[in-house]
Order: sequence, then structure tokens, then C-alpha cells
Amino acid sequence: MTNPKLAVWKFASCDGCQLSLLDAEDELLAVAAAIEIANFPEASREVLPGPYQLSLVEGSITTPHDAERIQQVRDESEFLITIGACATAGGIQALRNWSDVAEFTRAVYATPAFIDTLDTSTAIADHVTVDFELPGCPISKQQLLEVINAFLHGRRPDIPGYSVCLECKRRGTTCVMVAAGTPCLGPVTQAGCGALCPAYDRGCYGCFGPAESANLESLVAEWSRLDVDKPTLIRALRTYNGYAPAFRVASEQLEDSR
Amino acid sequence: MTKRTIDVNYLARVEGEGSLYVKLDGDEISELEFGIFEPPRFFEAFLRGRHFTEVPDITSRICGICPIGYQTSSINAMEDACGVIVTPEIDALRRLIYCGEWIESHALHVYLLHAPDFLGYESAIHLAKDFPDEVQMGLRMKKAGNSIVDAVGGREIHPVNMKLGGFYRAPTRRELNALVPDLEWGLDAALRTANLVAGFTFPELERDYLFVAMRHEDEYPMARGRIASSAGLDITAHEYEDNFRESHVERSNALHSLTSDGLAYHVGPMARFNLNADLLTPQAAAAATRADLVPPITNPFRSIIVRAIEIVLAFEEALRIIDEYDPPQPPAVDIVPQAGTGFGTSEAPRGLLFHRYQIDAGGLIEEARIVPPTSQNQPTIEADLHDLISANLRLSDEDLTWQCEQAIRNYDPCISCATHFLDLRIHRG
Repeated sequence: MTNPKLAVWKFASCDGCQLSLLDAEDELLAVAAAIEIANFPEASREVLPGPYQLSLVEGSITTPHDAERIQQVRDESEFLITIGACATAGGIQALRNWSDVAEFTRAVYATPAFIDTLDTSTAIADHVTVDFELPGCPISKQQLLEVINAFLHGRRPDIPGYSVCLECKRRGTTCVMVAAGTPCLGPVTQAGCGALCPAYDRGCYGCFGPAESANLESLVAEWSRLDVDKPTLIRALRTYNGYAPAFRVASEQLEDSR
Repeated sequence: MTKRTIDVNYLARVEGEGSLYVKLDGDEISELEFGIFEPPRFFEAFLRGRHFTEVPDITSRICGICPIGYQTSSINAMEDACGVIVTPEIDALRRLIYCGEWIESHALHVYLLHAPDFLGYESAIHLAKDFPDEVQMGLRMKKAGNSIVDAVGGREIHPVNMKLGGFYRAPTRRELNALVPDLEWGLDAALRTANLVAGFTFPELERDYLFVAMRHEDEYPMARGRIASSAGLDITAHEYEDNFRESHVERSNALHSLTSDGLAYHVGPMARFNLNADLLTPQAAAAATRADLVPPITNPFRSIIVRAIEIVLAFEEALRIIDEYDPPQPPAVDIVPQAGTGFGTSEAPRGLLFHRYQIDAGGLIEEARIVPPTSQNQPTIEADLHDLISANLRLSDEDLTWQCEQAIRNYDPCISCATHFLDLRIHRG
């Protein structure tokens, strides 16, 4: 039996999520033994032709060329998984979605006419059917290995949709919001990081995106009670997952209520 | 007259998306375009209006391979704007996490990205079939570097513990001491790596570079220092923009940097080594001598040895800092926003990384400017390719393409960073 073929695709991103695969130092060669790394330009100049049984897609869609390329990727892929906040929610570069991109281009480049870019940065699922979305900025490499493992065994990946609060409790970290009055996005953010920030005496900043059935209304009320002003709240919701529907709706409602 | 093209549409084993197109008319290079098609992400635009405390977390997202570089340069700039000077204990902890990033990034490049070029393999995974022990050693060193970033920063990619003024929480002595056995193993592995890569065959190419790197009187440069060059420049970050400028060329989503006199310059490990060899740590200096590495090194292919030497140095420094570790109390000094402009640099694994921010009295960012190492190296990479191709026209397209790719990887180009890079095409048309 031949091993299934893996392809890793990059769109607008920082490379950190695909680096997570190379960061699985103890598992990388075992993964390479179970799955044929057929198309992974960051790791190899050899590119084997598709179709690919598994495609991992990093990055968001920000150019006309990439909007076409993702269609080809979908056509060549049997199972397509997005990895990270950019591919799953548009990433930090989705901050352009609330701004004037022509002005952004003028601010960064001397010759804006050389730049061919879309007005928005959007998630892969806005363009093609996605079979599974793995959140995180960056993703957790353990969760990535779990997703690859689940794919190899034909089962559903065990990626919990609950919030960071549960991981904090399990880790035994004292709640930074209750005990120290530190604003924290943990109650509305999906678990997966291991409740890192509260363990470092700071509030969660939402890099895994909205948890399932996140109660943003309650979070906004709690942050307001901690005297967080509206612009700060809007900024907190508009970072790496700002364009994920739950965070987006909440920040836009705040903006409208100004 | 024969015409040929070298055309690499998507350069592999670099971080990000770039291309090279070369057109030859007989023995003349008529076109050489090193392009970056990584889509622009507009960091400098959307940083405006963000609060100055957010800048280490946000700029970290420019690059998953060198987040500490971005966090450090941005923090240095904000502390400069607000007139904050941190304690020696905080400086030591910043150098420690920077050592972790150098080890992680350099081990990734030496073993996974660059060594396959020298040994004739498509990738480290192909290389591992014939040299499993060496590739495993590289991966384990990389892991040791990551374990430093993890212990000090909370996680390997986009760490959460760096803030303006210092750290959210100082790691305990116990947390750092736990790293020591792996770092001692790593130091030995790095010394073996230096011997290994010094034995590679290096293509012939000597160039007369202008080297630019940071320089600090007490230490081999990482997180602090002035900016120096092989032409005698000695300036602070405040004077960077008086001496270097960026321009925008059509084929690229990255900006190219030149000196204010219009000269290409070279940043990164070779520049650091050539300008700071007197400050190497003892075992790194001994390893450099054994590898016959006498500054100035002017063959860019030998940069792989310099990276190995810098891995040795980073392990030595990490062990020293942990041995002398005194947790900063408090973990950060207070920082109050002051309207004004701040300038910051640090030595990311790929070279000098410059940041400038203008903030208002409330700490909101009014203007941001970031100059990553790869955009500074881009004109130099093109000049290297020009000389390399001119001297190797008798090679087949396949061999010439391989050597061009290898020459580009000398710079460990980080295209994700520079966009604001690679597909290689040689056209003998």
C-alpha cells in the first residue's frame, strides 16, 4: 500500500503554522514515514504531482491570483484542512477589511501601482469547501499532529471547542480576571494553547479565535465593568481573529454604539 | 548566439514565496529579476491607531521563524520613544530568549534548508534517508533552541511573555535550570556541526561586500548595540534612515534597501561575524579557528559555517546566562507613553532588523516603519547571482539553477518578512 500524499500550501501568512510541522522535531521523520510529503516547498524542492489525499492550507486570500489558486488547490485535494488564524479567519491582515486598502498601499509602498491586492483578507472557507478548520495564531503542533493522525486513521479529530477557561482550571491557574481584574478574552476564546497567557500573569488575547457558543455580550459587559474603554475593547477583538464572525459582530456592534 | 533562460517559479526551502528569472543572450545576462510575490500584508499601515503596548504581539506575526527579532526591535523602539532603560537582569533574559531564536532558526536553516544543497539532496527528508543521525542531531538542536524560547516566552512561535519594559513573568531558576542538560548536549552538537559543515565543498565566489551589523562593546550583538559597517560606520538606530534608504521595484512586493550612496550592502551572520569576531565566546572562537574562518569571510557559501559558529555561541551564552540568572524583580519596568518617535534595532537570525514608531501622548501609534533583513539583502543577492551566473555559463540549466537556488539560500531569505520574495527562472531564449 502506498502512503497518502500530503501537500502544504501557503497563502498570505507568516509561515509560523507550517513551521509547526517542522517544529515537531520528535515526530517529523515518523510523519514522513507514514505520509508522503509530496508538495511542501518550505521543506523540499521536489514537487510530486497531485491529486493529494491531504492538503494543509496556511494563510488567507488577499490577491486576485490567490483567489484563483485556492480553487486549483481544492480541485487537487481530497481532504483540505486549514491551519491557523489566517486560513481560518483572515488573520491579522484582515484589519484591512475595515480600512481603505488604497490608502494602506500608499502608506507602505512608494509605487502603489506595482501592488496587485484585494480590498479584503478572507478565510479559505469563504472561497472553497473546507473539510476541517484548525484555529490558532499559531496552531498548536500537538493539535496538528492529532489532525494528521485522525486523517491517517479515518476518524474525526479530537479538537475541543470549549473555551480557554477550562484549560486554566485544569492547569490550576488562578483566574486573572476575577482575582487581579486583568481583562481576559479566555471566556470567549477556543482552547488549544494550554491557557498560556494567564499562566504568564496576563490576560488571554484571543489568538485561537472564538470558542463554540462564545458569549461576547457577557464578555463585553465584564470588560466594561473593569473600566476598559470602548476603543480598547474594539482593538482587543480585532487582532488575529478579528474577522471571525463572533468577534467581528461584537466589535462592529461596539463601533455602532459609539 | 545562444539564448537561454533560468526560470524558478517557486523557490523551495525558503520561508515564503519568491522567484528568480534570468535571461541570457550568449554570455551576457540581459535580465535578472529576483521577485517576491508573497502578498503584501500592510503591517505598517494597520499598526497606526493601535496602542504601543500591542506592538510586540502584533509585529511578532510578521514572521513565524523569527518572532523574537520583531518583538525585540519593536520593544527597543518603544522604550527609546519613552526614555525607558531596563535593568541588567531584564537585558540578560532578553539575550537568553534571543539565543533560543538563533539556535532554532539557524539549526532549521543549516540542516533542513541549506545542507541538502551542498550534499545534492532535494530536502532534509531525502537527506535523512542516508544521514539519519546527522538530521536527527539537527532537529534535536533546533528543539533545544525552541525549549529556551518556550521556557522564557511561553511557546516557540509567537511567544506571549515579551512586553514593553521587560516580561509579564520572570521564569523561575528551576524552569531555566531544567534546560541545562539539553543545552550542554546542544553545545557539543553545535561544535560537531561546525566541523561537519566546514568539510563541505564550497562553490567559488568571492565578493567585495559592504557589511553592516550591530556592534556592542561588551558582547557579540543580538538584542542591543549600535550599527557598524565594514566601511567604518558607527551610528545609533536614530541615524539609520540617514544612511540607508528603501526603494520599490516593480517585480517585487518587497522594498529594496541601499545605502544613501546607492550601494548594496550585506546583513546577517557573515556581516555580524566579520564585524564582531573579536567578541566571539571562547568555544565559538576556537571552532572558528578550527574551521579556518578568518575575517573577512567573502565567499557567501561559507555563511553556513558562520551559522554553525553562531549556534555554538548561542549555546555558550545561554548556558552562561542561566548559570548567572537572577530573576528580574519586578519582571518589567514601568513604561508611560510619551509623544514622540522611537527607533529600535536588533540582530534577527537573518540580520539587522530596524523599527521606527511615532506615537502620541496616549500611546497610540501614528506612524510605523519596519525594515527587515531580507529586503536589505535583496540587492546583494541579485549581485551575487549576477557574478555566479557569469562565471558558470558552461553549466547545464539544471546545474546552474541548483547553484542559483543554493546562492539565494546563503541568505536564508525570509520572504514572509520582506514582503512588504522567490520563483527561479533562467531564460537562454
